[in-house]
Amino acid sequence: MTAALEVKGLTTRFETRAGHVTAVNGVSFAVQPGRILGLVGESGSGKSVTGFSILGLIDAPGQVTAGAVLVDGIDLRQLSDDDLRKMRGSKVAMVFQDPMMTLNPVLRVGDQMVMAVRVHRAMSKSQALDHARKALEIVGIPSPAERLRAYPHQLSGGMRQRVAIAMALLHSPSVIIADEATTALDVSIQGQILAEVRDLADTTGAAIVWITHDLAVVSSLADDICVMYAGRIVERGTADQVIGHPRHPYTQGLLDSIPALHEPGQKLPQIPGSTPQLSRLPQGCAFRPRCPRATDLCRTDPPLDIRDEQAVLCHHPLERK
Amino acid sequence: MLGYLVGRLSQAVVVVFVMSVIVFVGVYAIGNPIDVMIDPGATQEIRENLIRQYGLDLPLWQQYFTFVGNVFQGDLGRSMVYNISVTSLVFSRLPATVELVMVSVCIATIIGIPAGLYAGYKPDSIAAKLIMALSVLGFSVPTFWIGMLLIMGFAVNLGWLPSGGRGEVAQFLWFKTSLATGDGWAHVIMPAVNLSLFKMGLMIRLTRAGMVEAMGAEYVRFARAQGLPDRQIVFGHILRNISIPIITVFGLELGSTLAFAVVTETVFNWPGVGKLIIDSILQLDRPVMVSYLVMVVLLFVLINLAVDLIYARLDPRVRLKGGS
Amino acid sequence: MVDVTVQTPPVETRAVRLRHFWSDYRRSWVAVLALAIITTLVLASFGAPFLVPQNPYDLAQLDWADAFLRPGQTGSGGYVHLLGTDNAGRDMLSAILYGLRTSFVIGITAGILALILGISIGLTAAYFGGRIEALLMRIVDLQLSMPAILLALVMAAMLGQGVPQIVLALVVAQYAYFARTTHGAASVERRKDYIEAARSTPLPTRRILFKHLLPNVLPPLIVVATVQVASAISLEATLSFLGVGLPLTEPSLGSLISNGFKYIHAGRSWLSIYPGIFLMVTVVAINLVGDQVRTVIDPRNSR
Repeated sequence: MTAALEVKGLTTRFETRAGHVTAVNGVSFAVQPGRILGLVGESGSGKSVTGFSILGLIDAPGQVTAGAVLVDGIDLRQLSDDDLRKMRGSKVAMVFQDPMMTLNPVLRVGDQMVMAVRVHRAMSKSQALDHARKALEIVGIPSPAERLRAYPHQLSGGMRQRVAIAMALLHSPSVIIADEATTALDVSIQGQILAEVRDLADTTGAAIVWITHDLAVVSSLADDICVMYAGRIVERGTADQVIGHPRHPYTQGLLDSIPALHEPGQKLPQIPGSTPQLSRLPQGCAFRPRCPRATDLCRTDPPLDIRDEQAVLCHHPLERK
Repeated sequence: MLGYLVGRLSQAVVVVFVMSVIVFVGVYAIGNPIDVMIDPGATQEIRENLIRQYGLDLPLWQQYFTFVGNVFQGDLGRSMVYNISVTSLVFSRLPATVELVMVSVCIATIIGIPAGLYAGYKPDSIAAKLIMALSVLGFSVPTFWIGMLLIMGFAVNLGWLPSGGRGEVAQFLWFKTSLATGDGWAHVIMPAVNLSLFKMGLMIRLTRAGMVEAMGAEYVRFARAQGLPDRQIVFGHILRNISIPIITVFGLELGSTLAFAVVTETVFNWPGVGKLIIDSILQLDRPVMVSYLVMVVLLFVLINLAVDLIYARLDPRVRLKGGS
Repeated sequence: MVDVTVQTPPVETRAVRLRHFWSDYRRSWVAVLALAIITTLVLASFGAPFLVPQNPYDLAQLDWADAFLRPGQTGSGGYVHLLGTDNAGRDMLSAILYGLRTSFVIGITAGILALILGISIGLTAAYFGGRIEALLMRIVDLQLSMPAILLALVMAAMLGQGVPQIVLALVVAQYAYFARTTHGAASVERRKDYIEAARSTPLPTRRILFKHLLPNVLPPLIVVATVQVASAISLEATLSFLGVGLPLTEPSLGSLISNGFKYIHAGRSWLSIYPGIFLMVTVVAINLVGDQVRTVIDPRNSR
């Protein structure tokens, strides 16, 4: 089976006054239809830029400089601007973080959805409206016909995010990229939406890339997990592998700092230091200054170590227990 | 909604009242119009008769209330220079000004908004930089000087257009306008362009600023992620969003265009109310000055009110909160 | 007395900030050119008595025989009139530089006075809040909804001709912009912690206003001030053109143009074109400088 989405060596750079900054550095992963990939990293790790790079939505001063993005076997980077645009929304859809900002505040939900439908399908307005209503039903929005007439500010945050997800589903895309899609929501609503997303992946067969800083969220949602640090994927594997037996010291650190995994009263371990500035990365392994296992060897670029399909970019990976 | 309207209207009434007092007192501080009106050789008796006739011997507050009382009866007084009622004087001049303002606002909008959209859409292009440079010229170079250049270029040197005055008027539907004749257009085009430049510069900047901001907005990114082509993003999404501040400023500026018409009308000798007010200031024609200024205040208050209402109509977020 | 120090936001030393400012400013060559032009014009106009052959205010130096000389012709004084002469035999270049000086004096004085008045009103409103704020800002808003030209026109008409009168008219017409800007910036600052902190100490009000609030609202005001000086110059010229500004015996650029306007149909365009060019270049250059300053100090543009 070909992967719904395959990313190979994706590299995105930004020109800044301080010089080149490589926000995404040779990122590779693949997602099969119906599966969910969790892309985890701290802010500034390049995970969101990866999402936008896949859709070709990087604006100057940024630029995707290398790599391939295959959706159903078609390389998006080889397409003309207009062909790429036609893929967006129809083959690859995206859901953003802030449901307050992603919908146009001065247009009715219905008008916005009709526009999104008709850009890819020759439909009359009423047909498109009908199609939009069905999409709202799928994501569990009550009385969808009414919601279509509403303005975004008249909906709750969770409802708005459901609308955004419904808009992503309009054309049954092969790939959905969700960038921190539940971060801004209440925990209870977050849970509901996560369950719905899991359901969607199973029923529609869409491949989903779930970008988040929250390892706890993906541990319950994703089939596979990629951990990003300073623009690179430092660990990749199935959710069970990465959560159960992390091999990169950074992943281990992230897991250790999830409060739910600890006895109450215990002191919560932290990763010392903070995310490095991309313009001033240390030589060799970027995690070296914060890593408990770092040695002089880590001043050279870390090798890729693959065991049972669990890949790790480290000189001193943790051994599986 | 009703409460909001009543609140705003009563505010407007207070503003008009206060401003009319200020204008009245201010204008009366300028000087004695009698000295301007009559021949210096006239006898003291004629002089005093005139003063009594215009009520100038009464205390100021009494003059004010006479004025207000007359205003409520639709009488704005008589021009001391033309010796006809101010109302008919102003209304005889008004069509010319309205004509001029309308043409110039249309020119400013038709050119300004697309130019601003483009400049905001491709801010780094040479065309955008050129547009912005022109907009700086548009509202920093004094109107009267540009008007003068236009006259020198198109009227004096090239001889293509008349240098001033209003052209032939003809009946159009139920009113008379010079826009119904070719000669009228030949006369109106140069002053209208002159008057539009400032507003055009403003439109360009405003549209561009809105466009630049919108291009970075999350909803635009989302629209792009849906595969909407740029054309549809600009005209379907962004234009609707930025139309709100544009219409607001546009409305407010409509008033200032009327005020700027003072300058343009003087340069082009256009027989509108702007020329009238300048002449009345230079000739100390008090009733005309007071009436004109009170009318301008009223106009501004009404425009402000209308803009607020349109704003509420356009931005669904405003609609819910009435009151304040 | 207890010495109270209040934490203000971290600031770089003035010299460093100035250097940063200049290196950012310099990135637009147009703005650098504009700054150079303004400097030259200011120097030339204030040094006019030493630079030009004639004092246009001194009627004794004028000769009717020299009227309407074309640019480049030599008059009875034995020198070349580079920009020609006007109907009274005034050397245009001299008149323009003297006029420019008048325009600068009026524009800058009006700008500074309006700035002071505006800052006082804006700060007072923002600091005290409540009714005082509501009343003051209502007046300001009302005034802002009226075009400055109209206010200036009425004021000038009431006050009569002359430099102090014009300056006063311009101040009345323009202070509201400063008040608005000050109030806007100050109300944002007011909500910040350091002002709260300062208010909870026994510092006198005046000190909080001027030592803490003012420095933080100054940058946007500088931009408004540059633009307002340009618009004061252009307003003054407009008023003089309309006949309510300065008389021709005290030539400002506006009155020169106004005078020249009478002769454009007679083909004597140099009478109005040259003062107009100086006026335009001055106003545009000041605006360009203001624009660049705005861009440089806008925090959104610093990367």
